[in-house]
Amino acid sequence: MKAMNYRGPFRIRIDEKPMPEILHPRDAIVQVTRACICGSDLHLYHGMVPDTRIGSTFGHEFIGIVRELGSEVTNLKVGDKVLVPFNIACGQCVFCLQGLYANCHEANTMATAGGGIFGYSHLAGGYDGGQAEYIRVPYADVGPTVIPEDMDEEDALLLTDVLPTGYQAAEMGGIQKGDTVVVFGAGPVGIMAARCAWLFGAERVIVIDHLEYRLDFVKNYANCEVYNFKSLEDPVLFIKHITNWLGADVCIDAVGSDACGNAMQTITGKKLLLQAGAATALHWAINSVKKGGIVSIVGVYGPTDNLVPIGNVLNKGITIRANQTSVKRLLPKLMKHVQDGILSPKDIITHRFALEDLPDAYRIFSSKLDECIKPVIVL
Amino acid sequence: MNLVSKNLNTLEGWGIDANPENDPTYPMRDRDNNVTGTRPTQQIARVEVLQSIERPHYTAVFGETIPPSGLSGQLRRYAFQHSESRYRHWLPLLLADRIQEYEEIINDVKKGKIPNFYAETGGKAMWRYDKPALIKKVACVAIGAFIISCAFKRLLK
Repeated sequence: MKAMNYRGPFRIRIDEKPMPEILHPRDAIVQVTRACICGSDLHLYHGMVPDTRIGSTFGHEFIGIVRELGSEVTNLKVGDKVLVPFNIACGQCVFCLQGLYANCHEANTMATAGGGIFGYSHLAGGYDGGQAEYIRVPYADVGPTVIPEDMDEEDALLLTDVLPTGYQAAEMGGIQKGDTVVVFGAGPVGIMAARCAWLFGAERVIVIDHLEYRLDFVKNYANCEVYNFKSLEDPVLFIKHITNWLGADVCIDAVGSDACGNAMQTITGKKLLLQAGAATALHWAINSVKKGGIVSIVGVYGPTDNLVPIGNVLNKGITIRANQTSVKRLLPKLMKHVQDGILSPKDIITHRFALEDLPDAYRIFSSKLDECIKPVIVL
Repeated sequence: MNLVSKNLNTLEGWGIDANPENDPTYPMRDRDNNVTGTRPTQQIARVEVLQSIERPHYTAVFGETIPPSGLSGQLRRYAFQHSESRYRHWLPLLLADRIQEYEEIINDVKKGKIPNFYAETGGKAMWRYDKPALIKKVACVAIGAFIISCAFKRLLK
């Protein structure tokens, strides 16, 4: 089968790889029909994540058709069209039983902090990802969900990660009616977080980024205020200024380790890899939030250390909430929101590529070329 | 540029998921469940799978992709002798990633497959959408190669 093959930072190609096999009675083999490139795939593509082995296949956002089932999978049948949450979760460990599917303790032999994720390096379990014609899906009786017939398959595709992650970012913000919410990052997750903030009753939603085309998009898509930090001398001071000098009730870091905007963070985090990526957005979030406010982190950082003003977290009495998204927990609610027409995630898709064009797709997404927001691989 | 005021009731779905209890830790962890959890059936390893020493055993499922090999594999085995809270776990892994990049270029060449760096780095997309950056990059590589070749020539003399 054809699959994406990582060859080193900024280098990928499409190669023939062996077909995946059933290795566990709860596995399924899924033929991929659509896959996304996620913003967090770019951390791998940029070589920032330790134990990203050469030869890996990335891709944790995908949908497809069930082609083979292990003996213990009884809730699916061959031929089902399924969306597959990016978390690999057993459904029976102490964490899964508490709804913390992203923190499953039975899916990642190589690390304990993170759970298992498709195509996200050996740091996340060493599984191949969905940017391929076929994929092995462990615990197929837990994660994969049959796509309703009345649901657009590209809406279903974005329910595997982007929409639930944006939603959980807003949810973890504990947004109350009347709150002012600042979202750092106008990438796909930031766009969804801004849109979802309204569902919790926010009175004001502000998005900060440096790419004008993305700010224009989120302004229209999520009906929010937008500001380009390149035109602001100091984004933190600006947010204080526009929030009656108190700061925002909730700040959401939807950027993670690939942030721009602070030379020291960029050099130490992205160029020299002396910290786990550039924590510029998190730094700004901590300093922009109101005393007693909440900082919600869904931007992805590496496993080592980051420079953030932890003293200000203490002195301001900030609550920090963060997690990978437990997609399965949120799916029933979000599928209903999509089916009811309240949310339309597929509207953020700007580019569609064939699998063979994946090296160019990564380059376009990584370098923010051609006003790319969300690229999809059509198989 | 921005909306200063708006009628919030006209925003579709505004407030439908408002939850006063979500302040700030509900509902991420369901403490009502006095749960202990159980273990799924164990997958059998067919290749070498490195295991975090913070775990007593393999997880019930795991990926079998790209077992450690070569010098990079030795570094990875060393790294996995240390816990995830230590630099001697993560820094060798980062180094192993960079070393494996070159190991795999050699493997490609041995198999008669010369890496097409232009295609692999998305050169076609850069040519189409960002020619100046591509030209700058090619110029930098050419100058670097020229300097290195001059240095070698001088050394050989």
